[in-house]
Amino acid sequence: MSHSATAIMSIEKPQVEVEHLNLFYGNSQALTDMSFGIPASQVTALIGPSGCGKSTFLRCINRMNDLVEGLRIEGSITIDGENINDPSLDVIELRRKVGMVFQKWNPFPKSIYENVIYGLRIAGIKERGVLDQAVEQSLKRAALWDEVKDRLQQSAMGLSGGQMQRLCIARAVAVNPEIILMDEPCSALDPRSTSRIEELIRELRGEYTIIIVTHNMQQAARISDYTAYMYLGELIEYGPTQKLFTVPERKETEDYITGRFG
Amino acid sequence: MAPNIQTEIETLKGHIVYLGTVVEENLQCAIKALIEKNPDLAYQVMQTDRVEVDSIEIDVEEACLRIMALHQPVASDLRFLVTVLKVNSDLERIGDLVAKIADKVLLLYKLDPVKFLSDSMQVPEMFNEMFDKTLCMFRQAMEAFINEDTDLAYKVCLADDEVDKAKRTIYNELEEIIMSTPAQHVYLAKLLSVARSTERIADHCTNICEDIIYMQQGKIVRHNMVL
Repeated sequence: MSHSATAIMSIEKPQVEVEHLNLFYGNSQALTDMSFGIPASQVTALIGPSGCGKSTFLRCINRMNDLVEGLRIEGSITIDGENINDPSLDVIELRRKVGMVFQKWNPFPKSIYENVIYGLRIAGIKERGVLDQAVEQSLKRAALWDEVKDRLQQSAMGLSGGQMQRLCIARAVAVNPEIILMDEPCSALDPRSTSRIEELIRELRGEYTIIIVTHNMQQAARISDYTAYMYLGELIEYGPTQKLFTVPERKETEDYITGRFG
Repeated sequence: MAPNIQTEIETLKGHIVYLGTVVEENLQCAIKALIEKNPDLAYQVMQTDRVEVDSIEIDVEEACLRIMALHQPVASDLRFLVTVLKVNSDLERIGDLVAKIADKVLLLYKLDPVKFLSDSMQVPEMFNEMFDKTLCMFRQAMEAFINEDTDLAYKVCLADDEVDKAKRTIYNELEEIIMSTPAQHVYLAKLLSVARSTERIADHCTNICEDIIYMQQGKIVRHNMVL
């Protein structure tokens, strides 16, 4: 499939730059020749049908795919000009810089406080004052502080689904990342909790670069600045969300977002 | 359960085409009522506008809002629905202008039935060209909507200048006739209003075509932005 150049917008000074990215699981190719740039401090949504490679691509950005057997990557992904697949790169540092929030919230069976500072403890930070401040700041950024400030030492497992997901966002934010990857963060939440997470994403925008995979197209339209449509491992169209959802350039995108797909 | 969006859109398109047909037939009847001096037909035109056109307009608007709420359309579906909302409103306004023309026929008849029906009062020949051009613009606008024909829509937009020109000619000539035959000034003043309504109908046809261009190409061409 050959794509017109105009359907894939080029971003001036992208923070994440993807060039001719190909990814193989053994003999099977999951991503094909993806090239585009993701701007800093904006929300970029990845949409496309199940199995099109959205999550696979997302996991490339902080090298979560490293341990997958038989996986091979060609091409490059650079973040702030640094090739993240460079063997000399410190993966722990990369994952500090590029945080991740998953579809199913995954707090540790520890206190709310310990969950937030987990990354900081791994980084060797022990000063109580620093940790206390990080907890307050991160929970405030995740819009959870007011709800949990009086029970920080209680187990995180007692929180509601929406609160647990916001706790995971606080945990990601605590290590001061530059980029936050979100893999369908609202797919298991009720509409009210979804709305709170979306509001949170709006607030975090500007401070962090957010890349979100979502199956909910209305959500992509609501919260993102740019949208990438992927199909069968290829990037079909990429551009400003407003344009993609009103006047998409490619028929494939049109068919998918209007539900004529398949 | 709501039908799928494609079915809804096809049904809606049918409603707009039907509304267009009713308005077009009413426009033809209004012109006929004026030229043939038929007050009964003029009354019928006004009734059709009040009973049928206004009611279809509301049904179409409600259908658009329901589809938007239930299906949250994007891309071409969204552009189609926004266009239908606007075309619907333009057709209803055309319907009102048609009724206004019919109203003038009734007014003239009521003022002096004998004189109105006499041979001394004839619609000047120069109106025919304006009526023909406006009817043609209307038909082509609906055709462009049905066939999603952007080229035809552009053509209709350009034709509006000719109707404007025809109206100016009619204004100038009617003013001269009023001066030379002041006894007929009431009748002629009503014809000025008919020319004005006809020109406004052509303007609404242009609006419809501008919206069709948006629906097809996603670009706004109002206020001569691109034309």
